[in-house]
Amino acid sequence: MPSREQLMKFLPWISTPVLIAVILAMWKLAVSLGVSRYTLPPPGEVWAALLDLMSRPDVWTVHMRTTLVEAVAGFGIGLVSGVIVGAVLGRVVWLERAVRPMVVALQVIPKVALVPLFVIWFGFGMTSKVIIAAILAFFPIMLNVLLGVRSVDPGHRDVMTSLNAGRWQTFWALEFHSTLPYVFAGMEVGIVFAVIGAIVGEYLGGNEGLGYLVVDTLNALNAPELYAVIVLLAVLGYLLFFAVNVAKRLMIPWHESVSLKDIT
Amino acid sequence: MTQQGLKTTPTPEIEAECADGQAAPSGSAAGAELELVDVSKEFHSRSGSVVALKDITLTIRRREFVALVGRSGCGKTTMLRILAGLTHPTRGHVLAGGRPLWRDGGRDPETVGRLGIVFQDAHLFPWYSVEENIALPLKLRGVGKAERLARAHELCALVGLSGFERSYPRELSGGMRQRAAIARALSYRPGVLLMDEPFGALDALTREKMNLELQSLATASESTVVLVTHSIREAVFLADRVVLLSPRPGRIRSVTEVDFPRPRQLDVEAEPRFQEIVRTLRRQLDEEA
Repeated sequence: MPSREQLMKFLPWISTPVLIAVILAMWKLAVSLGVSRYTLPPPGEVWAALLDLMSRPDVWTVHMRTTLVEAVAGFGIGLVSGVIVGAVLGRVVWLERAVRPMVVALQVIPKVALVPLFVIWFGFGMTSKVIIAAILAFFPIMLNVLLGVRSVDPGHRDVMTSLNAGRWQTFWALEFHSTLPYVFAGMEVGIVFAVIGAIVGEYLGGNEGLGYLVVDTLNALNAPELYAVIVLLAVLGYLLFFAVNVAKRLMIPWHESVSLKDIT
Repeated sequence: MTQQGLKTTPTPEIEAECADGQAAPSGSAAGAELELVDVSKEFHSRSGSVVALKDITLTIRRREFVALVGRSGCGKTTMLRILAGLTHPTRGHVLAGGRPLWRDGGRDPETVGRLGIVFQDAHLFPWYSVEENIALPLKLRGVGKAERLARAHELCALVGLSGFERSYPRELSGGMRQRAAIARALSYRPGVLLMDEPFGALDALTREKMNLELQSLATASESTVVLVTHSIREAVFLADRVVLLSPRPGRIRSVTEVDFPRPRQLDVEAEPRFQEIVRTLRRQLDEEA
């Protein structure tokens, strides 16, 4: 008889296929009830379109690659700048107070509304999309790091003080480790936002990338292929999130957000 | 999680501790280790200022075990933090080993380096394993990795954490975490151990075991110990002198000598004289309420 804990461990491996099967069944049912093929193509057609799409080399070498590079480069820029700005604003209280209204204003702007501007400024190529992805990834990372820098436990600070620790010793033994979970929390949101930024950028300009393929198949009223591109996008987003999650497990195995089962 | 059995009598490890521990000057149990001279502390906040401590003068002798007792908010913790150099007194002087703890507005690192502190919460670093936590003070002092880990393992054995060297703090029980914190404070063999209700969060049985263990540790390592506690029984059981503080403003109400021979066993608490001391101290506490 397996224990409750063992069951909990295997639960997602059983529940996920079941949920997918339920969704597919409902999909098939909706199609058989007469929903238009342009609204909802049957799963079989989408599957065929997906196989067809995956057999086209340009999908991988041009479109998937473009979107991947844009999202990853944008995420990288957002990560580096978000950590730097967040750490500085977290430490320099007067500066944070001075720029807070501006930061809040920038934050509440629906940033995808700025996409046309970036297309005007940086053209239809990759640059404008990388910048959009970077801006979208920047805010959650910066805000989390700012919070993290300020959340160092005062009791831990007392320990370092009582041990005569120097400035750099306190940084490496305490502040760095203490902020890392916040960095990863920001990264998990940031990577998802970066993919969104890249795709929305591709919607509006250029002729490469999975976002462009979405618009292209829509214009051709090719519903099965549209659905297939969305599946590819979902897989891309999932893999990128998974990569960040693996990095987190490796870097902060001690943290509550990482299950003990994964490290022992 | 099962508790490791705590040793109640000196073991070979503890004797080794004794041999290379902080050496006291020959025959000078009377030497002053810590001195508070006319120390006052005020805290200022939006709702006004509070006098936490007023005109405290106290001399703690080398290798003496002193317990600070009093009601919540009487300034015990503030007094310990002032002794530890974590809080600057508003007025007065703090001396450790005859040297001022504060010089030119800064803490004197050499003097602070002789103090070991155990806080109310263990305050272990969750990102370090037990052995890394215990070895942290040595790492900060530039001791090599092999040497400091060897010392950490020795201390794990001493405080009953053998087998948990590689565990993370979150895998330990509260009592085990507190023992790891004590091991961390002992790692650099401080001459003075300052403890702020280290056993406050433990159940009664574990607490009794920890008291016996602390007594043998203090004797074996020839340390001076200042212990802040809520429990009058704990204070009388462990201390050579019990300092009772009265609140608002925090002052020394009484200093009581306790001269039961060491090592004391738990049954000392059954002695009429022990109970008499506890009763007297309790009466003094109640008079303030």
